[in-house]
Amino acid sequence: MARIFAYIVHKAGVADDSAAELIAAARKIDPAASPTAIVTGWGADLDAVCSNLRTSYSEIWKIAHEALAYPNAELIRKALVKLLPPGSVLLVSHEHFGIDLAPGLSIKTNSAFVSDVLAIEGLEGSFLKVVRQEFGGQVSAHVRCDISSGAVITVRPGSFKPLDSAPVNGAVVDKSTDVGVLSAGRRYLETVVAEAGDVDITKHSVLVSIGRGIQEKDNVALAQDLADALGAAVSCSRPVVDAKWLEKSRQVGTSGKTVKPKVYLACGISGAFQHLAGIKGNPFIVAINKNPKAPIFQVADIGIVDDLLEFLPEFTNKVREMRSVAAK
Amino acid sequence: VEILVCARRVPDTSENEIELNSAGNDIERDELVYSINEWDNYAVEEALQIVARVGGTVTVVTVGGEDDEEILRREMAMGATHGVLISDEAFSGSDGRGIATILKAFVQKGHYDLILTGVQAEDGGAQVGGMLAAMLDYPFASLVNSIEVLDGKLKVSREIAGGNKEISEIDLPCVLSIQTGINEPRYVGMRGIRQVASVPIPTPSASDLGVDPGAVGLAAAKVKRVDYFVPALGKGAEMLQGTREENIDKLVELVAAKGGLK
Repeated sequence: MARIFAYIVHKAGVADDSAAELIAAARKIDPAASPTAIVTGWGADLDAVCSNLRTSYSEIWKIAHEALAYPNAELIRKALVKLLPPGSVLLVSHEHFGIDLAPGLSIKTNSAFVSDVLAIEGLEGSFLKVVRQEFGGQVSAHVRCDISSGAVITVRPGSFKPLDSAPVNGAVVDKSTDVGVLSAGRRYLETVVAEAGDVDITKHSVLVSIGRGIQEKDNVALAQDLADALGAAVSCSRPVVDAKWLEKSRQVGTSGKTVKPKVYLACGISGAFQHLAGIKGNPFIVAINKNPKAPIFQVADIGIVDDLLEFLPEFTNKVREMRSVAAK
Repeated sequence: VEILVCARRVPDTSENEIELNSAGNDIERDELVYSINEWDNYAVEEALQIVARVGGTVTVVTVGGEDDEEILRREMAMGATHGVLISDEAFSGSDGRGIATILKAFVQKGHYDLILTGVQAEDGGAQVGGMLAAMLDYPFASLVNSIEVLDGKLKVSREIAGGNKEISEIDLPCVLSIQTGINEPRYVGMRGIRQVASVPIPTPSASDLGVDPGAVGLAAAKVKRVDYFVPALGKGAEMLQGTREENIDKLVELVAAKGGLK
């Protein structure tokens, strides 16, 4: 069996949640696997991450390099190409860093590449069978991947439940000098933090959240009317921001805000995982969508198949009616 | 700048409910509405806007068959200078690496300063751009949501977690994968498409590009889709099946009970 590595994403001295999930994923490939963690960075933050991983990983390869103080995928790819033994399987979380690193790494290591893997069904000979989603999660696909010359696999965050294993006393192995000089055609300059926006959707306990199903900008008012009647705020999924119908600060999801409401009304939202990943705290989710196959119905508590543009005004009227009765 | 945009024709998820076919091994493809992959359309618009600012040309390329020509015409109607349909039986069933291998051969026949792809395709894996860059030894940035042209390089922004932006400079030539929302793609009417209907579209083959047929296509693919399926639902939502009025009454009650009516 090929040796399995897990590239650990970290920030401010703390390993990402995926560090534990990648061990679980590695065990699905090989139940006996003891994956080696690879951590790149610089200074005290790097040491802290390596030290913390010693309870979960039996071996941690530390790559300390001043040029890696910020994770530049091109530099890290060059380092990994030098370090990874031929035929290795490398796992990395499918988020903005993994997306940047993984495809090119698979070319430079001449290994297979599978992205955004949700489940691993196991290995038959040199063929690994995995599950991916396509078409925004409307269907899943089994994918067969020949890992005889190694593989680079990006793993969907949250898809593999961390194992309940006894702590190990892992060893940190310093591989920094094996990496040599690193230079890249892309150089990090700065991070621009998202603007706050007029409404802080993270502070609201009720959200009327709209997706592509709202169809056009003028219809956003239908959601705002309902939100006003409920005492809620309007949030949205990515297509609404892409179309410039609402500000980025209203977007729920991995590239937007993480919210923890009590009630979440998903209106015309299909339920792509990037969106669902931004909904925390197990709220009561109501999904209204004209497509009965929309993935949102798998995670919602209550589902209604209806035309949003007709449903919303009637719902708003009913809420207003209730309010006026209550006020009397 | 000479810009190449790699695009694909895919089933349009905003126009279709994607379902399994009766055999359960593929999606039902009859009567599907196809369109240009949404991310790729943003990439073409971005290329057009860059060329409008600093000059140059925009070539849109796809790997496929004659059905795929329609997206090239559509993007030419938007303003792309050239469309190219790379087409050969040998390419059928290529995985991401196979497609990148074909595109690499095409890139090396021309002179492009900047190569754009979409971040991902509806049925793809966010892979071809990064693979192509590695094959060409060009720098690469994924998830790009703004581009500023400087002298011999670009200043680009990548979309990272929480709506934050990672700003970098990147040397030309390079490959960027473009995120939706980077711009507002222009509308294309039927009239615009008719105007480019007779513009010739070259269709280079494997031998024209010098691609080894053994290195691409189904036989060379390390990664193959076995089948499609719809996973067994978890608990799933309780579906309200009444009339709209009944559903609304029930919903108001439920939402109030959960503290949604403050």
